[in-house]
Amino acid sequence: MEITANDKWISIHPAVLSMIAALGVTVDPKNIHCQKLEARSSHYLARMGLFKTLKIPFAGAFVEHEPAGRFIPITQIRSSDELSRFITDMVPLLHLEPEQSRTIGYIISELARNVIEHAESAHGAFLCAQYYKKSNTIRIGIADTGLGIKATITRSHPARTDLEAIKLALWPGITGATSREGGTEQNAGAGLFFIKSIASINRDFFVIYSGGALYKLLKKTVGSSARLHADPFRDRHSQEEELPVWRGTVVGADITLDQTAEFSALLDAIAGTYKTAVRERVKARYRGPRFI
Amino acid sequence: MKTISIYNRTGAFAENKDTARDIRVKEIVPALNSGEEVVLDFEKVEAATQSFVHALISDVIRKFGSGSLDRMSFKSCGPVVKKIIGIVVDYMQEGLGPE
Repeated sequence: MEITANDKWISIHPAVLSMIAALGVTVDPKNIHCQKLEARSSHYLARMGLFKTLKIPFAGAFVEHEPAGRFIPITQIRSSDELSRFITDMVPLLHLEPEQSRTIGYIISELARNVIEHAESAHGAFLCAQYYKKSNTIRIGIADTGLGIKATITRSHPARTDLEAIKLALWPGITGATSREGGTEQNAGAGLFFIKSIASINRDFFVIYSGGALYKLLKKTVGSSARLHADPFRDRHSQEEELPVWRGTVVGADITLDQTAEFSALLDAIAGTYKTAVRERVKARYRGPRFI
Repeated sequence: MKTISIYNRTGAFAENKDTARDIRVKEIVPALNSGEEVVLDFEKVEAATQSFVHALISDVIRKFGSGSLDRMSFKSCGPVVKKIIGIVVDYMQEGLGPE
């Protein structure tokens, strides 16, 4: 594994940092080569715990900042209890308003639980987050090197491509755990729909990458419709196929704190969309009598 | 009547689905099976994830039918928790038809 960076500047989304960490822990540290990082901002990688996670030395010197109020360093989460402890201990360190803290905790919980329950990754989930003062935004990234969305969703629903699988995973009420309406006793197939909806209502950035496909919800401008869609392809988005294959899943989200809608208002919108989606899916299965 | 304090099991943020399953399997279902009414007390719970609430009650609604909602009540829920419970109850009942 080779880590390189621009000599002048380094700007990395937490989703990418999480990817490097998730991939890096599958490699013997002896086989990880990191070029001498010249950019002044290279200490950021050390501060986020990248070299510690990969068990490789960092050549430069850096001042270890108190993480409170700024970032959550790369953290590996392998179990349900580890996740609960992480949310209790780490989210308060971002020093957010209760409403914002609730939204961030919600996103982390749902994303990391997806990994723990579905990905079958030997190394669990890697996640980190960074607060950007200028834009008053929290950027969150989570990555795993597990089965990937297509392998898990096609256990119960047909999908020919990675992009089709991502579409199904974002659709409310669709889970790889069952083809039954309402999900199983433990899985509803709603987690990713909720996260995408939070991003959509707040006009935030959201990206999901699995296999060779990527779905990106594009930021909406203020004043544009924040209407929710059950079908993620009806949201303003971009998509890519035939990218280098990521064996696992990566999710990134930017939550702009200035415009974070009240969580309860957000839930009203989600409830309406969800109910309609389930109703339409159930109705699609109804069969009328055949009069001959 | 059996009252179950969610806060005592989860703290202020109810998100651990394993805990939800334990409450469902070990407390809610046995109580309903023995004819008791169940009160899920959300006092001091500030937020809950949809996944938590789904793991807590969806299988109860599926197994006992919509009638289970007459024997199970939700106490001291804040607006967020109330809405999450409403979403889960709605979609479970929407999907209760034949498969």
